[in-house]
Amino acid sequence: MSDFTPDRRTLLKGSALTLAAAATMSAEQLLGYAKAWAADAPWKPEKGAKINLMRWKRFVEAEDVAFMKIVDAFQKATGCTITVSNESYDDIQPKASVAANTGQGLDMVWGLYSLPHLLGNKVTDMADVANYLGGKYGGWTKSAEDYCKVGNKWVGVPIATSGALFNYRIAACEKAGFKEFPKDTAGMLEMFKGLQKNGTPGGMALGHASGDANTWMYWALWTFGGNMVDEKDKVVINSPETAASLEYIKQLYATFIPGTVSWNDSSNNKAFLAGQLYCTINGISIYVAAKKENPAIAEDMNHAYLPIGPYGKPTEMHLAYPMLIFNFTKYPQACKAFTAFMLEAPQFDPWIEAAQGYLSHFLNAYDKNPIWTADPKTTPYRDVAKRARTPAGLGKLGENAAAAIADFILVDMFANYCTGREDLKGSIAGAERQLKRIYRS
Amino acid sequence: MSTIPSSLPGRRPMQVATAWERLRTNHSWLAAWFMLPAAAFLILFLAYPLFLGVWMSFTDERIGRGGVFVGLENYEWLWGDSVFWLSVFNTLLYTVVASAIKFVVGLYLALLLNRHMPFKAMIRAAVLVPFIVPTVLSAIAFWWIYDAQFSIISWSLTKMGLIHENINFLGDPNMARGSVIFANIWRGVPFVAITLLAGLQTVSPSLYEAATLDGATSWQRFRYITYPLLTPIIAVVMTFSVLFTFTDFQLIWALTRGGPVNSTHLMATLSYQRGILSGRLGEGAAIATAMIPFLCAAIAISWFGMQRRKWQQGSDND
Repeated sequence: MSDFTPDRRTLLKGSALTLAAAATMSAEQLLGYAKAWAADAPWKPEKGAKINLMRWKRFVEAEDVAFMKIVDAFQKATGCTITVSNESYDDIQPKASVAANTGQGLDMVWGLYSLPHLLGNKVTDMADVANYLGGKYGGWTKSAEDYCKVGNKWVGVPIATSGALFNYRIAACEKAGFKEFPKDTAGMLEMFKGLQKNGTPGGMALGHASGDANTWMYWALWTFGGNMVDEKDKVVINSPETAASLEYIKQLYATFIPGTVSWNDSSNNKAFLAGQLYCTINGISIYVAAKKENPAIAEDMNHAYLPIGPYGKPTEMHLAYPMLIFNFTKYPQACKAFTAFMLEAPQFDPWIEAAQGYLSHFLNAYDKNPIWTADPKTTPYRDVAKRARTPAGLGKLGENAAAAIADFILVDMFANYCTGREDLKGSIAGAERQLKRIYRS
Repeated sequence: MSTIPSSLPGRRPMQVATAWERLRTNHSWLAAWFMLPAAAFLILFLAYPLFLGVWMSFTDERIGRGGVFVGLENYEWLWGDSVFWLSVFNTLLYTVVASAIKFVVGLYLALLLNRHMPFKAMIRAAVLVPFIVPTVLSAIAFWWIYDAQFSIISWSLTKMGLIHENINFLGDPNMARGSVIFANIWRGVPFVAITLLAGLQTVSPSLYEAATLDGATSWQRFRYITYPLLTPIIAVVMTFSVLFTFTDFQLIWALTRGGPVNSTHLMATLSYQRGILSGRLGEGAAIATAMIPFLCAAIAISWFGMQRRKWQQGSDND
């Protein structure tokens, strides 16, 4: 926090936004606000409510501190108790599933991707919360609705998303002939070839990296017009578009730094910060770490949207963090009140600032938060929710899409072809067979 | 108990022993009563989950909702699934290679440690270190050792001028298999070594003395004294070693997640990926259930092959 506060001050100097004013709220002011909010809010927490909340383990400490401040203010204002437990990404889903199956242990879960759909019949409809927030804060992005809306119901409320965009070294890309980051897939391939030739290679994870590998492999399929399933959840992976995408990625893979097949979620961060990797797809974490530990790299790097391929529209996929409430909780009102409270500007603005660009919003009004313009290098991350699709692609987000992404079906398809384990037909057929099984009715 | 007079007429009802009373006082049943708590414990925590798992493998259960009985559908699907067969192959390879090497190295270490040498106790304790370190910690250490960019081995070899680019430890299927097997061996050897050492120390020195007087060579002493007397311990330790290796999960999960391209996926990790992460409990349970026959076979081989030697009942070992 210590190195963060001055940053925020400089942020605030240039902006007279009322939203930003909230960020300067002291603890007492926050409490006062929280009390007033609780008095007016449409949800009246049950008396003496005790909520067990499980959340994903933070990657920035400041974000967690800001979150706990929100929890604290809410507790003081309403008299509820919220017990927060932090779990790593891989443990969230199994633990939430156990709670869902046994009907106890947790009241709300702040999880990943499609978790609310995976626990479909165990979650409370949060349409009232979502509509309240959407009405007040400029509406939800389409991806937010894709993530959490089923018919008129909201199975969860998407709190934030963490964008996966290109991280590149400016000098290396210029040397490879690109003053500006390429906007289409053809240019991107040219640039990667140039990077490799200059001994400043790029590379993305092709291993079982739940975040880093899935996000860019889904983009790769979609941007060539390929899809796993169509609107009716019929498996359509076996298409010329998929083949084109595979051919493209194989060429791209040939330019990568060696070893990306074994990479996990942290590998590209390490290699980039060590100055061995010059271009990759990642969250903003590399930049944040570089600012602290390696200012020279931070100075020489920037971010860019993922290029657009033959499909012609942005087809990015970013990690979303939806909040869900179990329907067996004894305190649904308190849970809903907390969710709404968290997304109100006085709480959400300082929180998203504390996240330093790791997390982006789904509510349009938060575009105005000064964090996105104070440092132009973070600006691309402002828009990730607008450019995102869910892991379901064209299909219905639900347990099938969740199963497919957790089983690394696309990642394995690309890796099979890139490493030469399977030919084009074989790798598509393998993925098709698995998808058909998952999507069988 | 043939004197229970229940059939005699004219007695007072008090003396007619009910079935319950007879059971309560019968000595043979007494043993059963004493075993009941242990049996209940085993049934509740071992047998029940096992049967639940087997049952689940016949359903299409997913996390968060119950399934319906689908018969052998999961198994039929797995039968045609190349990733599953790859995991079976990987598991067998991993178990056979790692267990064999662990046995040889462990036995060798045990024989060495059984000698008299300075700082004996400390050396024996030090050998146990890989076994004591939590698996995940050692896995993370290996993960750094095998890292594609920052491997200490690659770095050292490069500095020495022996190689010019980093070794792709976990990125090439066969290299990855070798690397995870090595990590497993490193971790498993102490268990074998220390257990065999305990066995070695129960061998009476007088046997060696007698053999030495008869002019036996050191190989003969090992072959005809040490090895036969050690067989029961070997059977037990190798059974455990094979079971642990076959069901290994943490090491693979921390090192490769089954990659690259599934070439280090073991049945246990595949079962977790599909059953828990991907939410398809039925299929995950079917993969786990498919491990049972292999495990039973491993137990059967070691117990019937090694444990039931005649000499254990006091006759010749012929």
